[in-house]
Amino acid sequence: MALAQAPLLEIDQLEVEFRTETGPIVPVRGVSLRVDAGRTTALVGESGSGKSVTSLAIMGLLPRPFGRVLAGSIRFSRRNGEVVDLATVPPRGMRAFRGSEIAMIFQEPMTSLNPVLTIGEQIAEQVRLHLRLGREAAKSRAVDMLGLVEIPDARRRADEYPHQMSGGMRQRVMIALAMSCSPRLLIADEPTTALDVTIQAEILALIDRLRRENDMGVLFITHNLGVVAEIADVVTVMYAGEVVETAGVRDLFHHPRHPYTRALISCLPEHALRGEDGRRVVQAIPGSVAGSLDAPGCKFAPRCVHAVDACQAAHPQLDAVEPTHFVRCDRWRAL
Amino acid sequence: MFAAIVRKFAGMLVVMYIVATMVFFLTRLAPGDPASLMLGDQASLTDIEELRRTYGLDQPVIVQYILWLKEVVRGNLGQSIFLQRSVLQAIAERAEPTFFLALFSILIAAAIGIPAGIISAVWRGQRIDQVVSAGAMLAASIPSFWLGLLFIQFFSVRMGWFPVAGYGPPGGSFAERLYHLMLPASVLGIVNSALITRFTRGSMLDVLSEDYVRTARAKGLSEARIVLRHGLGNALVPIITVVGLTAALLVGGAIVTETVFGLPGIGNLVVSAVLRRDYPVIQGALIVIAGIYVLINLSIDVLYTFVDPRVKY
Repeated sequence: MALAQAPLLEIDQLEVEFRTETGPIVPVRGVSLRVDAGRTTALVGESGSGKSVTSLAIMGLLPRPFGRVLAGSIRFSRRNGEVVDLATVPPRGMRAFRGSEIAMIFQEPMTSLNPVLTIGEQIAEQVRLHLRLGREAAKSRAVDMLGLVEIPDARRRADEYPHQMSGGMRQRVMIALAMSCSPRLLIADEPTTALDVTIQAEILALIDRLRRENDMGVLFITHNLGVVAEIADVVTVMYAGEVVETAGVRDLFHHPRHPYTRALISCLPEHALRGEDGRRVVQAIPGSVAGSLDAPGCKFAPRCVHAVDACQAAHPQLDAVEPTHFVRCDRWRAL
Repeated sequence: MFAAIVRKFAGMLVVMYIVATMVFFLTRLAPGDPASLMLGDQASLTDIEELRRTYGLDQPVIVQYILWLKEVVRGNLGQSIFLQRSVLQAIAERAEPTFFLALFSILIAAAIGIPAGIISAVWRGQRIDQVVSAGAMLAASIPSFWLGLLFIQFFSVRMGWFPVAGYGPPGGSFAERLYHLMLPASVLGIVNSALITRFTRGSMLDVLSEDYVRTARAKGLSEARIVLRHGLGNALVPIITVVGLTAALLVGGAIVTETVFGLPGIGNLVVSAVLRRDYPVIQGALIVIAGIYVLINLSIDVLYTFVDPRVKY
């Protein structure tokens, strides 16, 4: 266990603000989470829950000039042991982290690669920048990386363009790109959502192998609890810009405390109940995230089957169930 | 690739044939007769008839068309009625100012338009974008003849930096001739930069919001490299298109500017030929202009394949 050493990434009470034409909105409020070296933290939530904004805040890629970190800290422990708060690093300074110590892969492998540059060039470009390699050395490192992510005939494929590859191959290329400078932290934002199920399993296995071999921390963002069960060590569940529950993966699946987490788990197809006609019916959570954001009480209360009047009135705090299990629900003991 | 170019070339010939045919019949639809214009008010009917016979103008139009087309296919555009020389020779004499005017104009237009469009897109919605967009709007709205007169008034008459008009004395050096093109080229460059600015801005805005630009940022690249290599590299196709089409238009369409600056170019040649119903010159010049237009389009198509690996012929 890596508990003794400082966490690789520790986000504390992060608040992000977007200025819009209709006034500021706060898509992420008071988010805390941690990622340890060699472990995977899954960040789970529906679309619009703030999970991708959280990841962009770590990378310093919030859309400028509209988005900014309003409060909180993002402590990252560097390769040389130094711990820096990424929230205070100026935009220019963030370039030294991006692609080098922190790498990111995205949901859309079809559009995340530059269509007019070869695969090899796109990887070599980053290698030359961060590892200060020459043109030839960078090119051969790019080929090595393509081999590492199990792309056959890497030397030839390095000279191909993205449109000559399938979606699964492109996501492998994105992973090769991300791994090319041996990052300490990999942020994977829904990396398998756009892929076929069989390809999805291969990509998950690949990310997991690279994490083990390189003692790399992974922040895995997804809305898919099935994927979480396969890959995560720790799970943080977000709802409407807040963390509602954090726990170890077993603990979370076996003893979910927050009604939202429970609802999410019961939505999994394998938990589908048999209906009156004997067929299995997949469950859904009624309502949507939007519309409850300005309410003073619990954000999930309008959709919660266990909600009482008190839930609408006061905003619940994150409460410790166990030392490693936190929940934001005033009624968790009663449920 | 080679087969594709041959195919394009064949298509070009079809276009050229249609243009030639349309030009031939359209010029004859206009009222007026070159023979009577040439001989003046005092000429007798027999003299006019005589002259019409000399140039074959007494034949039925369809016969004239077939005879003319035969010659055109052999590369003979005919004799000018007024200029005492072949049409090809007349065009060749006027080609230099038009060619270099178009070349310098498009270079200036691109040198202004592309950087302005990039700057405008990168700082979208901010003060600099508003200034550039307003400037582009202004440049697009100014008539080139008026800007030409303004430039002559200021840069030539008041400051004395450039010649007022013309293409230098006969027998002047090449450099001297080019010097006479600087002012008209600036005028055309500024006026035509507006469209290039708008296209560049639009194309860059599309590209800068693409996922691969976010990937480039995630790689830690410098902003300049993100915008120029990953942004502009993908925005080039529409930019090349608008620059190429503008260049094509300039080859045939700088008539007003040539007139304002008294340049002996093809535009001038066509205008005087139209006024005198010099059919062979009108036809010949329009065919040459159409040919250049089609050639530029072909080069744009070929350029695409270098700029974007997804384009295949």
